[in-house]
Amino acid sequence: MNQFFTVDILTTTIASGIALATPFLLAALGETIGQRSGVINLGVDGIMLLGAFSTYYVQLQTGNLLLAVLAGTLTGTLMGVVTAFVSVTLKAEQGISGIGVYLFGLGISSLLFQKLVGTPLPISTLPAVGIPLLDSIPLVGGIFNQSLLVYLAFLLVPVVTFVLNRTTYGLQIRAVGENPAAADSLGVSVARIRWSTVILGCTFAGLAGASLLMYGGIFQINLTQSEGFIAVALVYFGAWRPVGVMFGSLLYGLVGVVILEWKSLGIIPLSASDLAATAPAVITVLALLFLARRFRQPAVLGRPYEREG
Amino acid sequence: MREPESNEPTGATLTGGSAGLARFLLTWFALPSALVVALAFGALMMLALGADPVTGYRALLEGAFGGSYALSSTAIQAVPLLLVGVGICIAFRANVFNIGGEGQIAMGGLASAATALAFPDLPGFILMPLVLLAGALGGAAWGAIPGFFKAHYKVNEILSTIMLNLVAVQVMNYLLAGPLVDTSPTSTGGLIPETRVLPAAAQLPILLKGTQLHLGVPIAVVVAICVYVLLWRTSFGFQIRAVGLSRNASAYAGMPVKRTITLAMTLSGAMCGLAGAILVFGSISHRMVTDGSLTGFTGSAGFNGIVVALFGGLNPLWTIVSAYLFGGLIVGGSALQVATGVPSDLVTALSGTIVVLVVSLEYLRRRARVQSIALAGPRIARPPRLSGNPPPLAAGGGGDE
Amino acid sequence: MHRNLDRKLSLTLAAVVVALVAGACSGSSTPAPTVAPSVAPASVAPASVAPSPSPAAPASVAPSPSPAPAALKVALVAPSAVNDLAFTQSMVEALNSLKTKYNLDVAISDNQFVVATAANVIQNYASQGYNLIIAHGSQYGSIVQQLAPQFPNVSFAWGTAGSTYNLPNVFAYQVNSNEGGYVQGAMAALLSKSKVLGVIGPIAVGDAKLYVDGFCAGAKSIVASISCIPVYTGSFSDVSLMSAAATTFVANKADVLTGTAQAVVGAIGVAKSKNIPWFGTQWTQASLAPSDVVSSQVYNWAPILEQIFATIQGGKLGGATFTATLGNGGEQIQFNSGYTLPANVLAKANALIKGITEGTVNVPQ
Repeated sequence: MNQFFTVDILTTTIASGIALATPFLLAALGETIGQRSGVINLGVDGIMLLGAFSTYYVQLQTGNLLLAVLAGTLTGTLMGVVTAFVSVTLKAEQGISGIGVYLFGLGISSLLFQKLVGTPLPISTLPAVGIPLLDSIPLVGGIFNQSLLVYLAFLLVPVVTFVLNRTTYGLQIRAVGENPAAADSLGVSVARIRWSTVILGCTFAGLAGASLLMYGGIFQINLTQSEGFIAVALVYFGAWRPVGVMFGSLLYGLVGVVILEWKSLGIIPLSASDLAATAPAVITVLALLFLARRFRQPAVLGRPYEREG
Repeated sequence: MREPESNEPTGATLTGGSAGLARFLLTWFALPSALVVALAFGALMMLALGADPVTGYRALLEGAFGGSYALSSTAIQAVPLLLVGVGICIAFRANVFNIGGEGQIAMGGLASAATALAFPDLPGFILMPLVLLAGALGGAAWGAIPGFFKAHYKVNEILSTIMLNLVAVQVMNYLLAGPLVDTSPTSTGGLIPETRVLPAAAQLPILLKGTQLHLGVPIAVVVAICVYVLLWRTSFGFQIRAVGLSRNASAYAGMPVKRTITLAMTLSGAMCGLAGAILVFGSISHRMVTDGSLTGFTGSAGFNGIVVALFGGLNPLWTIVSAYLFGGLIVGGSALQVATGVPSDLVTALSGTIVVLVVSLEYLRRRARVQSIALAGPRIARPPRLSGNPPPLAAGGGGDE
Repeated sequence: MHRNLDRKLSLTLAAVVVALVAGACSGSSTPAPTVAPSVAPASVAPASVAPSPSPAAPASVAPSPSPAPAALKVALVAPSAVNDLAFTQSMVEALNSLKTKYNLDVAISDNQFVVATAANVIQNYASQGYNLIIAHGSQYGSIVQQLAPQFPNVSFAWGTAGSTYNLPNVFAYQVNSNEGGYVQGAMAALLSKSKVLGVIGPIAVGDAKLYVDGFCAGAKSIVASISCIPVYTGSFSDVSLMSAAATTFVANKADVLTGTAQAVVGAIGVAKSKNIPWFGTQWTQASLAPSDVVSSQVYNWAPILEQIFATIQGGKLGGATFTATLGNGGEQIQFNSGYTLPANVLAKANALIKGITEGTVNVPQ
């Protein structure tokens, strides 16, 4: 155990945990925006898969990283349009339609991967970029040497917080999620707000897929391994606040990496290997139990709005 | 999960005129049109991948429904979907969103396998019900945990059920590679993560010679009927539905809300656990095997069961039908892959498309009916409906409502 | 939620069911199961393999007889994709390489990771008159055990495992991946300056564990104090987790990496980005990191397949176990030309291969 508590290993663990948490964070941030406006989207995992595959495919074809990430993100936007149409305009039952989108995304991404990509080759991923002053801090500088998408994700946390809490748009989002009838009577177009939040949320999901692909450097069938659902769960953990979501993602990612680290140092014996892998999930639930926050969910979460009368 | 905010009449009338005709078309043809659109999309995908849609769909239909063997395969495939769906009916009616089906199925399977291995010498008529019961209990335990957390600590069940799925897969891997593993090694010394051969006495007997149709199929149907009776003919079922419609109102009426929520989740888990037991003891393998993932054992029944339940309108009886259809889709998908070389993932994508389309049209159809009611005049009374939401912006207490 | 099921929805559902069943039943009936054509010659070809192999005993590869004129219908059921650069691909490539020589009619069902579905697929193939069904995955064993007696005229081959369940129409095949692992472990120990090796596996069972154990044994035979602690991530398919595991090893100063499972591509990606030598297994992984993959232990199933074909054509449908070893060509260490291997390491590797083949070097189980 002493081995673990060396600065070197701790630094790399934290850095690695941050990188692992990034796709969760991006997807969860997007879902937060959507859920604050009252729309729940369970198709995040499918959208992440589609985004990851587009990124992979475009990178294979063009070799242009920026284009590839853009492609992944735009795939998310496109799926966002579809999801918004189904959930907001057609007022479909959001739980089911989400799972439908998930199945669609899983099926299409697997199908296209098997048919369009012959032998999967790894792609060159985004290089790590150090933050100028911070990364030369002795010993812990390594934490500040991450890929651009990681920085983007963490920068989005204060941005989304600001937008939600300090802008008119954010106010409208929250109003629409708490009392759409009142918002409607005040002239806020509930449908338009929800369209925008859903599209934003799915764009984030596409970007999350791109970042996941960039992390591993190659696509595989069901690359996300239900990460999108974990991201949705993290929204609840974070009490619908971006900062909370950030802490949730970090907790999840860090615990995962710590367990791997302890396994590689021999701290966790082989016999406990499987059960140790449950640690991120268990700790997340326990943390929620003990933190026992009193935030409640957006009042009309999951309920399509329809003007009465 | 809440209902849409419109008052929904239970009956429907048609009025005359072209508006009425449009409504008629919408009501009756929307659903089949949705299916047609989805199938057209599938055909397009097949063409794009160089396969012949006609061959493909024919293979799908034959694989799912063509002949007694296919029909029985579909029925078998439908069993976990049906049971999970029935469990979802219970949970959703109590307004608890159980997405932990995968984990609950696995825990049920493990419990049943462990029981059979612990009492291998019991006669069949004791052992078989025992293992099924054990499976149900295993799943029930796994459902009780998130149920308890939600009821007493307001931990959101989406979070806890997803997390418990992750825990379940590792527990399964641990048990099947450790305490429950078949210790007769291959000659290379490596062990396969599976149990010993399970006692034949517990194996569900095959009902139709030449097929794999086993006792689990009628058991699932009977269970579905029992749950229907539970939900609509018992006071406990009434409590479940009442709590689902309004937790506050039910509490005000003196119902034991926390206990009801916990029990609803527990029952939901029990259904999934029973599915797990049937998967183990109805399988060709006569063992419980893992490949390291939940899906390898469940075939995603924990997810697909949700879709099945919702298509059945959260009514266990109609869930029987939708489970059978969905099962056919899955079985047909394998046949499609063999016939055309198009991976069965196409069927996954198709099922997702169908789900989205059907669910999208539901609203339009409801709206059409509402309008026709409105046109028909105020004579038709709208049935009263418990309000599902707390007063706007009033203090909603802590946690989920 | 749909509290009151719309009756029309339910009626439509019912109508659809009826229509589907009617339509399907009125179509062509399911093909009657054809019995596999019995193979001609009366004399039984002498089986040239030992039924239960001892670890270091090499099985000789008999030169294959001239191919039979009749086509052999072979079906392969595998748990992952045909292009997974690992377990499944190794068998697919072997089959393809023998297709023309043996006039094979090959059908492949890949990605069969749901065991219950795989059972259906295998049963379908059996009733459709396939001569040989290769169940390429240890999780399929129990299926084969139950189905083989029901189809006595169909030959089943099951791997990787060593038991035929004493059934006359079941072949078993396995691979001593610990042998190749041993050689690569020794090479890794020689290449490593930090004397810390990174080993990543999915779950500690079967083929994976065998390889990992062999690798660490080989490494320790060179440097007794070397650090070779395997990390099992708990999943065969979680790519990010394997990437994370590789990163952790790098943090622990590991300067050589290896791993097994289809998700290992994530770890190879890390090796590539950090320019760390990688040892592959199951299939050649040089394409994934052209300048970092040192060598790959490639499974070459062709010799075993040829023996199976010969046995079937000789009239015997099973009852033999085959082991792929370094000695009989079932396992090969393929060095990556893109990696410059120091001469002494190469020499040691070749010496070990020779030693294992001849039985002078003992690889612990």
